[in-house]
Amino acid sequence: VNRAALILIVVWAMPTLLASPALAQDRSITDTSVSLPSASEILQVLMLRDYNTRVVVLGTAALGVAAGMIGTFMLLRKRALLGDALSHATLPGLGIAFILMVQAGGSGKSLPGLLIGATISGLIGVGCILLIRSYTRIKEDAALGIVLSVFFGLGVAILGVIQNMGSGSAAGLESFIYGKTASMLRSDALIIAGTGLLVAIICAVLFKEFSLLCFDQPYARTQGWPVAALDLILMTFVTAVTVIGLQAVGLILVIAMLIIPPAAARFWTERLSIMFFLSAAIGGVSGMLGAALSALVPRLPAGAIIVVTAAIIFLISMLFGPARGVIVNLRRRVDLNRRVARQHLLRGIYELIEGDDAAATEESLAQRSTPIEALLAERSWSLGQLRRLLERHEQEGLVAIRDDGRICLRPAGLEEARRLVRNHRLWEIYLITHADIAPSHVDRDADTLEHVLGREMVAKLETILAGQRAPALPSSPHVIVHARGGAT
Amino acid sequence: VIFLAALNWNWSLDGWIIAAGVLCALSCALLGNFMVLRRMSMMGDAISHAVLPGLAAAFLITGSRGSLTMLIGAAVVGVLTAALTQFISSLAKVEESASMGIVFTSLFAVGLIMIRRAADHVDLDPGCVLYGLMEGVPLDRIDFLGMRIPRVVLILAVMLIINLLFVALFYKELKITSFDPGLATTLGINANVMHYLLMTLVAATTVASFEAVGSILVVAMLIVPAAAAHLLTDRLSLMIVVSMIIAVICGIVGHIAAIVVPQWFGFRGTTTAGMMATVAGVLFLVTLLAAPRHGVISRLFHRALLSLRILREDILGTLYRHEEKNGPAAALSSADLRHATGAGDLSLVLAILGLRGRHQLQRIAAGYGLNETGREAARALLRSHRLWETYLVDQLQIRADHSHRTAEYLEHITTPQTRDRLSAAAADATTDPQGKPIPRE
Repeated sequence: VNRAALILIVVWAMPTLLASPALAQDRSITDTSVSLPSASEILQVLMLRDYNTRVVVLGTAALGVAAGMIGTFMLLRKRALLGDALSHATLPGLGIAFILMVQAGGSGKSLPGLLIGATISGLIGVGCILLIRSYTRIKEDAALGIVLSVFFGLGVAILGVIQNMGSGSAAGLESFIYGKTASMLRSDALIIAGTGLLVAIICAVLFKEFSLLCFDQPYARTQGWPVAALDLILMTFVTAVTVIGLQAVGLILVIAMLIIPPAAARFWTERLSIMFFLSAAIGGVSGMLGAALSALVPRLPAGAIIVVTAAIIFLISMLFGPARGVIVNLRRRVDLNRRVARQHLLRGIYELIEGDDAAATEESLAQRSTPIEALLAERSWSLGQLRRLLERHEQEGLVAIRDDGRICLRPAGLEEARRLVRNHRLWEIYLITHADIAPSHVDRDADTLEHVLGREMVAKLETILAGQRAPALPSSPHVIVHARGGAT
Repeated sequence: VIFLAALNWNWSLDGWIIAAGVLCALSCALLGNFMVLRRMSMMGDAISHAVLPGLAAAFLITGSRGSLTMLIGAAVVGVLTAALTQFISSLAKVEESASMGIVFTSLFAVGLIMIRRAADHVDLDPGCVLYGLMEGVPLDRIDFLGMRIPRVVLILAVMLIINLLFVALFYKELKITSFDPGLATTLGINANVMHYLLMTLVAATTVASFEAVGSILVVAMLIVPAAAAHLLTDRLSLMIVVSMIIAVICGIVGHIAAIVVPQWFGFRGTTTAGMMATVAGVLFLVTLLAAPRHGVISRLFHRALLSLRILREDILGTLYRHEEKNGPAAALSSADLRHATGAGDLSLVLAILGLRGRHQLQRIAAGYGLNETGREAARALLRSHRLWETYLVDQLQIRADHSHRTAEYLEHITTPQTRDRLSAAAADATTDPQGKPIPRE
């Protein structure tokens, strides 16, 4: 019924059948085992000894590098999905170029002709997106979706026409949708490498301009940079990379080459220049590894393997990236939580043993203690949590649990607690006198702020409050309501 | 009838193809309204690509190509796509669209590998997933209530009913969560639950449509009719109705166009699915240009009318100032007017025609001068201008030599009421900051 579908199945089945006729015969449906290559085969591929492998591996690596570089700017401009729409929008151009070339008497498979067609229709697609987005009430996401689906639909309709033209040569066009990495020719690899080099040069020359465009476009405009022209250059090279990527990995997977490497690189650094090189490296490595893997193991489509490799690198980066990785963020949060808990504990004990006696000297405070029940009622912590907290800080030498179960502060703990209580009360006084907040409400506000008070901030508070009362440790500006019990 | 005969029409084939197309377009367009309003259009695209591994897994695990198995496999992965996208973007602080791109391309790649690894036994064809086998719809029939109905049509009909029920039952919730998730939360509606319900149905609709029309048409039908309807109306209920009408048109015209349009260029027919998306695109383009309020043409037209009115008023103002200097009935040539207003030839001619039609302008010798009605209008305009200058200088402390530009903008949008308030604020001053007289009403 659909000749294209049949041809496609045959095209996919052929290499497998040719490469491993034995494997193809008695394999159950669920048998997806991978026949491992021998060491010498691995060596042969990794050393790029085989000519074909060398072309494919280097070609995809160059594509990965180019896409990684230009993708960095796309990601930072929040236009990651533009590549998606762009790559789908190339299809009608491919089809029309094919028909025109056949009508002109050619075979329709001339690569430059097809690429020119793809570039033109890709650029028209991007233009449509930008126009729809800026001149109608349709939002960016819908504009992307409209251009993507309508252009691709038109492309499919044109491919349908080509199939019915009778010259069964339409099969070549299908490879643009899924890619034909394995059959990459030397000339293809050269085109990709050439484009990659061009992208690298342009990015190097316009690095400052592009980064300005990414981070602060209005500023760039007020500084007199030709923002529209720069944008056009960027878009043109994105189109170029997408188009050359089409026949290597296919129009759906080329999107991944533009998005995944920069997104992975983002986890490792906060600096654009480093992110740029990392992204290029990740793109190159996943291109290389993917192509090599698919050359080693039969029945692994190279384009898909490249994307999965990139996705794995992304996952690793997402978890372990030192700048924004999940684990680093988690550790930062745990550290913060611990600090907050420690400050709550110390201040809680201090306020209990201080009681109403604001003028108590350090020596007398060091003698005082509080029952754990009173401390438990201070905050919403469970007895278990509180005990663990106390034990940890006992080991650090900040608090002491006496034999009768009462808790007191060791000298080091007392000193830190006085500092914390002082910060807390400085804030409270500031909030009461300068922000006109009722004394009964300041405790909560100061509670959240006290943990992030830096030394400079405290110094500033002291200066502001200098005219009022900023003794070594001010007494609490409000009545401290203890839930239960008190200190002795 | 003659038209249909010319197409080689066959109701038992073409009728069912159209039925499948229309049903699919309707189910998608219905949900698409909410996708467009929630700015999640690309999620439809992501889901429709990402369900590939779900299809492959369902096939590899059960070994059957039953519709239900496929539906469940794909729906699971579809929801997984939405969940993973949200998960990555919130956990790792990746921008949402980027995280969507990462998730769906990776899943698509995994699906391709799964299919390729089992290529000998799976006749799951990604090409079929992308553009469907619309022409094969009438061939695969099953018995239903004593009729031989194509399986795909039956599935799509069930899908449409489910979607209709969903929208009817949760209309209020969908509406509130689409426009104001914050309000929804305070009203006790769980926006997250609605989000995932919608995603589940989008995934299911995508899969149900695969066999017939392919995933790209699903994306087209999800987004394009809803976006076109969004340009035509501001009411959600009306938008849904309009999008459904557009969907039906796409289904019918799409199939006819697939037969007819290629013949115009001397080719044989093409695929219905592709042509439906194209027709949707054409309809969107027409709407974009011709929509009454949000269309490009109407906005350009209104802008042209506005600039013409401003030009007419500027001409009146110029002539009035000229009369102030040179005495009543002083005339200016059209070259002078062009120079003074900076207008183009065509707009100047149109503006002068408009003024003469309103009897505000009279020909004097080789030029134009004000007559009594024109002088009346010009006086009101100049009064606005000079009152504004007074206000800007007195009340807003703007320097006198800087107030002219602002007053020039404001004079065109000043109502008599505003003029009275300005006059009161100026304490009935008789001259503006430059010492020019403020005309009386």
